[in-house]
Amino acid sequence: MKTMKMIYPLALALAVMLATGCKHQPLNVTPMPRGITLPPREYVPPTMPDTNPTGPKINPFSNPFSSEIPQAPQNVFDGMIEDTNALAAYAIHFPYDSAAIRDSEKMNLQSVAAELATDPATKLLVTGNCDERGTEEYNRALGERRALAAREALAKLGLDPMRVRTISYGKDQPVDPGHDKAAWQKNRRDEFILLHPNPNASVGMPMP
Amino acid sequence: MKKHLKICLPVLLTIFAVNFACGQSDQNPIQISHKITFGQKPIPISLDGFSGEVLSVLKFDLYVQGFSFVSPDAAQYQISGSNSGNVIGHVTDRVARREILSRSYAGASVRREAHALSDDIVFAITGKKGIGQTKIAFKAQSENGDGEIFVSDFDGGNPQVITHDKTIVSAPAWVPGRLALYYNSYRLGNPDIFYSNLATGEARTVARYGGSNISPAPSPDGSRVAMILDKDGWVDLYVADADGGNLKRLTKSAEDESSPCWSPDGKWICFATKIAERRVLEKIPADGGAVQRIPTPGAPNPTEPDWSPDGKWIAFTAQMGEFDICIVPADGGNPVILVPGQDPSWSPNSRTLIFTKLSNWRYSLSVLDVFTKQVKDIGMISGNDSQPSWAK
Repeated sequence: MKTMKMIYPLALALAVMLATGCKHQPLNVTPMPRGITLPPREYVPPTMPDTNPTGPKINPFSNPFSSEIPQAPQNVFDGMIEDTNALAAYAIHFPYDSAAIRDSEKMNLQSVAAELATDPATKLLVTGNCDERGTEEYNRALGERRALAAREALAKLGLDPMRVRTISYGKDQPVDPGHDKAAWQKNRRDEFILLHPNPNASVGMPMP
Repeated sequence: MKKHLKICLPVLLTIFAVNFACGQSDQNPIQISHKITFGQKPIPISLDGFSGEVLSVLKFDLYVQGFSFVSPDAAQYQISGSNSGNVIGHVTDRVARREILSRSYAGASVRREAHALSDDIVFAITGKKGIGQTKIAFKAQSENGDGEIFVSDFDGGNPQVITHDKTIVSAPAWVPGRLALYYNSYRLGNPDIFYSNLATGEARTVARYGGSNISPAPSPDGSRVAMILDKDGWVDLYVADADGGNLKRLTKSAEDESSPCWSPDGKWICFATKIAERRVLEKIPADGGAVQRIPTPGAPNPTEPDWSPDGKWIAFTAQMGEFDICIVPADGGNPVILVPGQDPSWSPNSRTLIFTKLSNWRYSLSVLDVFTKQVKDIGMISGNDSQPSWAK
């Protein structure tokens, strides 16, 4: 029990660190598993709601969703192995009550697309999340819309949307359990989970 | 960078402030909800001779159905009885000067007998069916987000867990007239919709499409179920047969829809959506057709609608800073803002609501009589309790 009590806050701190990055450590070029190096970039901490200090002025209530992209059936992703660490640093964050992708988030999306481009057998799980303040089913729908927004943005960057599945967690899986603006801002996010094919599983036929 | 901040920040804050202010009032000019004409005084009654659990059950049941407790000489109806042996109750109409109820109860638990008495009291006085013996379903969630669906008496008594999924669950919805529920569970690794018949033990998977399958809402006759899916790429409203077959898409909008609910005649589905990024309520013919707006002037940011069984009212959650339980006439009109809370569900009597109360970031259930605004907390049953659905 004692070990569990210690592990949980450590794991949470680690998850927060991975999701938000360490403020004072500049990110160097990180060698990717298959030898792809990403261009160096300055770390941009998640911005406060409705401010955009680094990018051009955007209306935080703008929302593309120009056309819908049908989902692949769930069984296409059956049995795949989840790697929650590979893309944890590229979580993107959202303004309050919005699924708009800020310009400042686009570099993270490029990193995700680049990783998925290295191995066509991999797929991606995008989870959409909200802060705790909304009503429950509204937040579940908003979380899904946030995941769909990332899927659409990744499609524009060349990632086949049929390789991307979306799950909304509404407000049920906050990364920060706090009840303040800082926590809420961290929780309004999409997370990216890399999916590897399971070498032991047989490939399922997608349902018609 | 600082220069940009000095310019950008005030401009963006202004945009935000103007947008926020516009969101506070609806399209219509300022309307004052007619609080003076809405509402009823509670019916004054006295209770004598009851004690312990029987007394607390009677008081809870009667309070949330619009009665208040006074001394016998101030009461319109005097209720006396005992629970030392069987539960016994007498009701005297002081105006008509006659006894209108005289009953004795045996053979069930003391709570059950007290609920049966409260129902008989309500019927004797009002001629309408009481809610004392009705049931609710709700979600009980622990700190890590996992939860289970529970069923209990409407006052939280006799809670029983229905699912054993050890994962995220949400949105239980009773099938009217049946001991059966639809709900959302992540037990297969995705938000999917399931059906569970508590009487027969039948369990069904109803929607497991790609994307998230959420917010199930059975039709009043149980033959169909509405739900929110994004299998086609946008979050939209769909309707299917009760088993999930014959899926039909009703809305096609880039905005997210949520929380569908049916009119009691089964002809309309009301739901929450957004227009130009602002939350609104709409309704659509259940067989498909054009959406119609349901304005809620003075009660902005509406979500989580629920249509009263008598068809007259739509209850919903509004947000003006905090969340408030409101009702609006289903045919249009001014909303009435009732009490702080979220996610209302009507009881079969079309006047009592159950809803989720948030206090110190903990969720529990409360019961409200809409016409007298009398409200009683159920308190926490297990973990955080929310998303109540009242069996009809």
